Amino acid sequence: MFRISHTYLALVAALFVSFMAITGSILSLEPVISWSQASSTNALNGSVADLANSVSGEFSDPQKLIRKASGAFLVYYYSDAGLTADQVDPLSGSSLGTYSPSDVFGFVSELHRSLFFGDTGRLIAGITAFTMVFLSLTGLALLAKRLGGWRRLLRQPQGSAQQTSHIKIGRLSILSLVVSALSSVWMSLVNFDILSDGSTGFVPFPEFVNGGEPSAIDGLVALQSINLGDLRELVFPVAGDVTDVFGITTASGSGYVDQVTGTMLSFIPNSTWKNIYQAVYTLHTGQGYWWYAILLGVGALGTLFLVYSGLRVWWQRTRLPIPKLANNISGSKADVIILVGSQSNTTWGFAATLHKALVNNGHRVSAAPMNNLQRVYPQARHMFILAATGGDGCAPDNADKFLTKLDMLNVSPGMQFAVLGFGDRSFPKYCGFAGDVDAALQARGMRRLHNLFEIDRSSASQFAEWGVDVGNSLNAPLALDHTPIHPKTSGYILIDRHDYGYKHEAPKVILRFKLPNILNGRQRFEAGDLIGILSSRNCAPRFYSLASGYADGFLEICVGKHPGGVCSGFLHELKPGDRIEGFIRANPQFRPNANMKPVVMIGAGTGIAPFAGFLRGNTRKRPMYLYWGGRDPVNDFLYEKNLSDWHADDRLTGGKIAFSRIAQCQYVQDKLLEDAAFIRTAIADGAQVMVCGGVAMARDVRTVIDEICRPMGIDHEMLKQNGRFLEDVY
Amino acid sequence: MKKLITILLLSTALLLPRAAIARDVIITAELKSYRGPGAYLAVYLTKPDGRYDSTLWIAGEKQKYYGHLRGWVRAVSRSGESVDGLTGASVGSGRTLNITANLSDAMIDAGYQIHVDTAVEDGGEHTNDAVVSLSKDNKGMTVGGRGFIRSLSVSM
Repeated sequence: MFRISHTYLALVAALFVSFMAITGSILSLEPVISWSQASSTNALNGSVADLANSVSGEFSDPQKLIRKASGAFLVYYYSDAGLTADQVDPLSGSSLGTYSPSDVFGFVSELHRSLFFGDTGRLIAGITAFTMVFLSLTGLALLAKRLGGWRRLLRQPQGSAQQTSHIKIGRLSILSLVVSALSSVWMSLVNFDILSDGSTGFVPFPEFVNGGEPSAIDGLVALQSINLGDLRELVFPVAGDVTDVFGITTASGSGYVDQVTGTMLSFIPNSTWKNIYQAVYTLHTGQGYWWYAILLGVGALGTLFLVYSGLRVWWQRTRLPIPKLANNISGSKADVIILVGSQSNTTWGFAATLHKALVNNGHRVSAAPMNNLQRVYPQARHMFILAATGGDGCAPDNADKFLTKLDMLNVSPGMQFAVLGFGDRSFPKYCGFAGDVDAALQARGMRRLHNLFEIDRSSASQFAEWGVDVGNSLNAPLALDHTPIHPKTSGYILIDRHDYGYKHEAPKVILRFKLPNILNGRQRFEAGDLIGILSSRNCAPRFYSLASGYADGFLEICVGKHPGGVCSGFLHELKPGDRIEGFIRANPQFRPNANMKPVVMIGAGTGIAPFAGFLRGNTRKRPMYLYWGGRDPVNDFLYEKNLSDWHADDRLTGGKIAFSRIAQCQYVQDKLLEDAAFIRTAIADGAQVMVCGGVAMARDVRTVIDEICRPMGIDHEMLKQNGRFLEDVY
Repeated sequence: MKKLITILLLSTALLLPRAAIARDVIITAELKSYRGPGAYLAVYLTKPDGRYDSTLWIAGEKQKYYGHLRGWVRAVSRSGESVDGLTGASVGSGRTLNITANLSDAMIDAGYQIHVDTAVEDGGEHTNDAVVSLSKDNKGMTVGGRGFIRSLSVSM
């Protein structure tokens, strides 16, 4: 619900929001420029009487003295050229040169508030501002939902590069955005007379004035008591007219001052509404507060970026391929019902695989979103529910009515069900919704074909495992060979290879490929991203971590040969000049955080690949430590030469290497324990821990890190919550 | 304009003199070219002794800016009059404001004067930007202004 309104409202408003953000960011420069031009003096404690007196000495016929929000003082006076305005020095009252309002800011300001369309334009601006408030709030709600609760709003977000940058920039600029938009809504409501700005028209001219010989201006008591900092405007009496008075407006109200007695006549203080309006106006324009205006300007640029990144996220999502389901029939005729609840389209890919396998086994299958649950399925014998779970355990958008509709379902006695949950174990309410669905179906009296089964992070192997179990229950083998739909591939030509290990036992090779001549956005990559390699047309892609970024000018991977492994075998046979087909998959969740805090990298075997890439790109010499385990230093020391080069030029700060096939057999975990004190210090300094390697090694490293961190009262889970413990496990 | 005339029928301008004969007086104020938003104008009459007589028109709808029409404020404050119904849109750079006032014949050539005060946001304000006597001799003649007014004329 939030997502739909956030997306579609943003699509409609994108143009106007960008327009307001661009003009707003330009206008934010005005207070900064005015501030730099205003004479910075400490004269604001001086009195209005003194400055007015000096001004009347410096100018023959002064009309009024005003203090701009920027702190500049202007005098309007009549000269041969007519009415002229000069900026004056608040200490001496002497002219600092002619003042003329900026044409550029005047033009942009009118554009920003009305687009030069009068009240129609002001209405558009007001609606745009209201939309921005709404988008900020729905955006915040979506973020809370995604990260699993309002208290977790500042957690490290997961997702594509566009999504995470949308979230990060959004979090940074939301305050400025909400303040700008809300103040704009307020001013708009004032403009259309829905709210008051507290102005009461003019202050009536005093009925009785002294009318005697005018006193010296610096002797006028009322003007003496007003600080220059509080002055807004002082209107001089017309020269020679003894019955005229001074008109004065200060920060707190307006009135008149008798030019003979110096007393304040008919002063009207500002109303509360007026004070509110002035505060709102300042919040919106930043006038008089250059540093705040800069924040507003940065917020406006952030808003512009949000429009851009938001559009890209939307574009990516709408372009995600939803698999076409061959032989999908209506629920009324099917004997197997598949219901899918999915925030993303990944789960639909699994549903398609299940659908196809069931059709191949001779079933009549109907697949539909969970919200499309029918009341009656006259021929159905089995119901499979594939449900993803949001971060806070909520139902996905296309499944949020399922539990209500379930009450109306006509449960036939023969129907059996199985629920398959998709989620991410790192979230506390992992597969929470799937669990609710499973319990609700049982409560409706349906029988289980299979217990609730949970799949962590779209694991195809867990899915296949479930397929074997379900096939057993159905008495017909169910081969669920799930291949995620992969994007278009590019050709990469091998230019270099380095072999390690033993010929007949665990050989490893570092392969370096030439980049395609022209790189489009989809083909760009960073170290730690993945390349999906297709060793033959029909086989599933195998993913390898990249040991280089596209800026390095080549693509490098590190491949260990697995007994019977088709893809690794294929890669090990490659000769320079051979060509492979592959596609890049961004892996933004496995990347050093964007700061200069230390990075502790822990890996074994070919798990060194992404780290080699990070080190190669570490030209800023951020502290980076490598703990790596190999078999022996003679045959199996991957990147040996590079590591010593990188250490020499400070790209690699330190760390330790362990070898397991030498007399003093050691694993990387042993090296970590040796350096436990150092690692604790690094973590206390904000270090990020990154682990890359096999499942067993990763499990052991987790245990060791927990052991090392125990004296600090933390564990790897807590680090992980803050994005400081990352794993890339294969 | 119709609305204005109706209201003027009720206003002091017509009620003060005893004479029953009245005529339409057309006041035309043309503005100079200037940079900035629309100008606020106050058009008002003073008696032969210089005291305020009546307000003919205020161009500009936001009352919070009326304080800048200072000569008019000074004049109207003592009369305690309301300007309801005598206001309209502000006048942009280079534009012309036309007012038709139905005034008693007794006021013509009797020393009455038409004053115009002007003010522009961030551009200054002028008490008595232009002043012209309500006289048959001035028919077709224009006077210049010292502020935003290029010319002010009366015809009857």
